[in-house]
Amino acid sequence: MDFSFLSKYYMFFLIGVRNTILLAAFSVFFGTILGVFLALMKICKNKFLKSIASAYIEFIRGTPLLVQLLIIYFGLPFNIPEIPAGVIALSLNSGAYIAEIIRAGIEAVDYGQMEAARSLGMPYSMAMKYIIIPQAFKNILPALGNEFITIIKESAIVSVIGVPELMYNADTVRGNTFRAFAPLIIAAMLYFVLTFTLSKVLRMAERRLKASDQGV
Amino acid sequence: MIKVSNLNKKFGQLHVLKNINVEIEKGEVVVIIGPSGSGKSTFLRCLNLLEYPTSGEVIFEGIPITSKENNIDKLRQKMGMVFQQFNLFPHMNVIDNITLAPIKVKGMSKEEGEKTALQLLKMVGLQDKAYSYPKQLSGGQKQRIAIARALAMSPDVMLFDEPTSALDPEMVGEVLYVMRQLASKGMTMVIVTHEMGFAKEVADRVIFMDDGKILEQGTPKNIFLNPQHVRTKDFLGKILM
Repeated sequence: MDFSFLSKYYMFFLIGVRNTILLAAFSVFFGTILGVFLALMKICKNKFLKSIASAYIEFIRGTPLLVQLLIIYFGLPFNIPEIPAGVIALSLNSGAYIAEIIRAGIEAVDYGQMEAARSLGMPYSMAMKYIIIPQAFKNILPALGNEFITIIKESAIVSVIGVPELMYNADTVRGNTFRAFAPLIIAAMLYFVLTFTLSKVLRMAERRLKASDQGV
Repeated sequence: MIKVSNLNKKFGQLHVLKNINVEIEKGEVVVIIGPSGSGKSTFLRCLNLLEYPTSGEVIFEGIPITSKENNIDKLRQKMGMVFQQFNLFPHMNVIDNITLAPIKVKGMSKEEGEKTALQLLKMVGLQDKAYSYPKQLSGGQKQRIAIARALAMSPDVMLFDEPTSALDPEMVGEVLYVMRQLASKGMTMVIVTHEMGFAKEVADRVIFMDDGKILEQGTPKNIFLNPQHVRTKDFLGKILM
């Protein structure tokens, strides 16, 4: 296979990688903020807030990201440029998944911890802040990293509305060079390098976290 | 100090506590015994509202704890609780475990909190563990720290929910020793336990519960040497064999 087009087009791939990373980072950031609120709504006692969060999470998880993306880009009464539309769609989507990660992380903390804190006279919010959340954090962090990896891959879908990330740029190179296949191989390799490196880094961080758990 | 009247607790169809009436005086050490599933722990947990009574009243120092005006967090500060599973905070060292609530809830200064904590650690014989983490401690040590943590709020009453049931046999003694010390200092204590020897020696009053009811209560001497109820005799017969 001939990869000689790279000498002319390599910048497309590099810019694509950069944009993909930025896209994923922003989406995880906003998705986490959204996820925290949704998770808190879901574990709170207020039935109304609870059902709103549940409905949102079920809807997002039960419909394709592609459909959500197109609704946001084409379907809203006002125009949103491609890049913000991509970030918004990915954030709204990952927010639902992250909410479930956070909820599960909080619920995985032994209920006795809450009882011990409350029986010392701490109000619910204080017990959450000092006792539950710090412990839940250790459950949540690895799963949050996995979500980051997922978003790097899923973000390829925003190429359909013209966000110049890795997939879109690979497509551009295919069009310009009339090579249908080779640019895709390059894109696939780059995606793999990104996700593989990230998962290695995460595993290392996880091991550190576990070590600190041994209590030193 | 604590007055319980017509207390009922249901979990769905299950009627766990049936019309409990009991009064606990200041300075009294009350030990609750009975077969598993008899409602002992649920009763204890109703006293500080970890379980919400289905009906009936619990009055603590003159305040009905289930009333809307009552601030349960304030009340719980005066009721220390020790759990079967210790429930130490694993992400904090021993001194932080003990000082967190006094500092954050009571607004105690850090210095004062640590001073109190070190005194309590001395009392439970674990001064040298102040900066250890729960994972580095044995079960008996964890439970002694849990007692110190509850005492740090200077409660008026201490509730013990099977404090030695999760311990290896050789560690039971060290925990009972601390509890004995507490009793001798005049602390009001309500203890759910299977340690009959401890009950005999330390209790002012023993309550026998079965099937959600208080069947019998009295001095340890009366209950252990001269039980009236056939279920009490049956239970003690099995345990003291």
